[in-house]
Amino acid sequence: MRNQTKLNVSHAPFWHDGGSICTRSVHIMLAALIAIIPGLMRYGMPAVGVISLSVSSAIFWEILMNLAMKRPIATEDGNAAVIGLIFGMLLPATMPWWAVITGTFVAIVIGKQIYGGIGGNPFNPTVIGVAILMVAWKSHFDFDEALLNYEFNFTMLYPIAALKNFGVSVLKNYNTTDLLMGNQIGGIGSSCGIALIIGGAYLMLRGFIRWEISLSFIAGVIITAYLFNLSNPEHYAGPVFHLLTGYTLIGIFFLATEDSSSPVNFIPMLIYGLGCGILTILIRNIGQYADGVILAVLLMNLVNPLVDKIRPKALGKV
Amino acid sequence: MIKRSFLGLIKPRLQYDMLDGSTTAPEQIPASSVIVLFLPNMKRKNMPPVLKTGDAVKKGQQLFSCQGTNEEFVVSPASGTISSIEPFIGGFGKTYDKISIDVSQDQTVDANVDNLKKAPSLSTLQKVLANIPGNLPVDAMANTDITINTIVVNCAEADLQVTTSQLIVKSKIEDIKEGVKVIKKATNVPNVSLAVPEHLQSAVASIGLNIKKVSLDYPSADPKLLMKDAFGTVVTAGKNCEDHGTLFISAEAVANVGNAYKTGNLPVQKMVTVINKDGSKKMVSALIGTPVKDVLSFLKIKVNENDRIIFGGPMKGTAIFSFDQPVMCDTDGIIIQDKDDIPEISDYPCINCGECVRICPANVPVNLLIRFLEAGQYENAQIMYDLDSCIECGLCSYVCVSKMPVYQYITLAKHELAQIRTAEANNA
Repeated sequence: MRNQTKLNVSHAPFWHDGGSICTRSVHIMLAALIAIIPGLMRYGMPAVGVISLSVSSAIFWEILMNLAMKRPIATEDGNAAVIGLIFGMLLPATMPWWAVITGTFVAIVIGKQIYGGIGGNPFNPTVIGVAILMVAWKSHFDFDEALLNYEFNFTMLYPIAALKNFGVSVLKNYNTTDLLMGNQIGGIGSSCGIALIIGGAYLMLRGFIRWEISLSFIAGVIITAYLFNLSNPEHYAGPVFHLLTGYTLIGIFFLATEDSSSPVNFIPMLIYGLGCGILTILIRNIGQYADGVILAVLLMNLVNPLVDKIRPKALGKV
Repeated sequence: MIKRSFLGLIKPRLQYDMLDGSTTAPEQIPASSVIVLFLPNMKRKNMPPVLKTGDAVKKGQQLFSCQGTNEEFVVSPASGTISSIEPFIGGFGKTYDKISIDVSQDQTVDANVDNLKKAPSLSTLQKVLANIPGNLPVDAMANTDITINTIVVNCAEADLQVTTSQLIVKSKIEDIKEGVKVIKKATNVPNVSLAVPEHLQSAVASIGLNIKKVSLDYPSADPKLLMKDAFGTVVTAGKNCEDHGTLFISAEAVANVGNAYKTGNLPVQKMVTVINKDGSKKMVSALIGTPVKDVLSFLKIKVNENDRIIFGGPMKGTAIFSFDQPVMCDTDGIIIQDKDDIPEISDYPCINCGECVRICPANVPVNLLIRFLEAGQYENAQIMYDLDSCIECGLCSYVCVSKMPVYQYITLAKHELAQIRTAEANNA
């Protein structure tokens, strides 16, 4: 009988460290939830609606594309859900349903699937979705207008837009603690600084995102904003304000760190992160748009393949 | 199986296993009634084979694959009668004659072995000691195209979990000393060094050779990494250590060479680390050619359907498919892996997480390389993405988030390219 026992035969190595795409997605979503929950509590059921619709429509588009392209259904890796969730975090709570569905369509179909699915996308799908919505329906991304019907006990002006429109004088309406604790209006999951930092730190420590990108992004924002502020404090806000407002923190921990569209070597990661940070502030301070994170990340995604060519010499290469 | 650490920032620290402080003598596997030898026959082509069923073989006899050429042979570790000869296909299409020998009660020794009583010479090493436990690299020693000026006795383990070399160093230091003398005399190589794991330094101090420290972190005992770290020579991609004049010989082979010349007998007992499903470890000593089923039944290890038996270690070993496959001269370890512990492999695409790039000890851009390998563009992979720099440690597959068989793709590509080169050379 013994000779009939069939053995499992395969190629080395016979061990695996146990990591998987699904685990990564689950932990990224958990970290994102830390930042989403304060948003849900603040904006109530409309926010729950936007987030739920965003996640479910992203998964729906993924399944639809898998079927259309005759590929196995790939939703169980959680990537579509992550894209949907982060997309939802960036939106105001009052985003109309059709805009959410269109956005996730752009993110999943144009941002990811037409490049061959997970791992093939040159741009962060979420960022593509948001960028196109921002251009298409600008007014829906005007947080002051979108959140008009809410009443809170803090300044009801979207900080980064207020800075653009009214100059440094508005800074006195905001204090750092409020901004950090999420007492500012903004996207559902992108305004509570402390929660984003906790989530991001968790992801970095667990190795689910690359700390080099996030930390150099922060450095890029701080250095550039500081230099602007130093050169003309009358015109330009300080680094802390820039760090805690708009999409900066969510960009640092959730947008710039998307696997496929960011570099993997050490020096390229630093360049990429710094580039994101510098471009963000440049766009905010001297560009036309109020918030530069989305475009900064897109631009750096574009140069990623080029930057990632800077790599250590392989062993014995001549 | 060692899993990812909770804090992913800390890279998985895979370390070679250390042998327990108390060196226990290995358990002796009783002699099998039938032993199995693999005789390579790639060069036989249409020549008539020498061996046939019913032939008597002596211990130490050279068994040739065909008449006329003496390139392919195997040295029989025991005397007996050939009971069957079957074709056998090994990894990457290598063909062998699988020779089963009914071992006789009284062992007759071939005249070949008497050479061991004469002064050491390269031809004796080649003819008599070609298949001694530890896999003496006789072909490289005899190759006149390369000049060897340094021999390194590698006392470090070839793979994780295995502790064979350490036991040899601890228990057979005198044999190693003798073996170094013999090899020096036979090959006329002036420099001999020892590559030794840190914790065994005191054990080898008495040999009085140039000692190089080897870290316990996997894969620092790899010859190419040792060349870089200990000897300061970077092996050119696509070449091996011998091309740079350095020959690595395992401690076990050296000890057995020493023992052979000291006693005048052919060493045939292979030291094997057997690792059971629960990770428990046993050191055994088995006659070369002992089928793995005899080792398992002696140790009372039950292997179920779909379990895996690995010859070698968990990172670089070979999974075997038959219980008849024998302990060979390079079988340092036998690992039995339960079917529930076998990690799955997927055909998912690379998600570009970069884990492999950051763990690769040879700085190979694995994330780009794998895209070319998946598409079968092996030549581009070789020219642009450093396929040849790979030292084949298996860490890329170990950490792959997509669970891609990265290391398998790499070995496949290397094999395919080698085949193309051979075909080109033959048709030139």
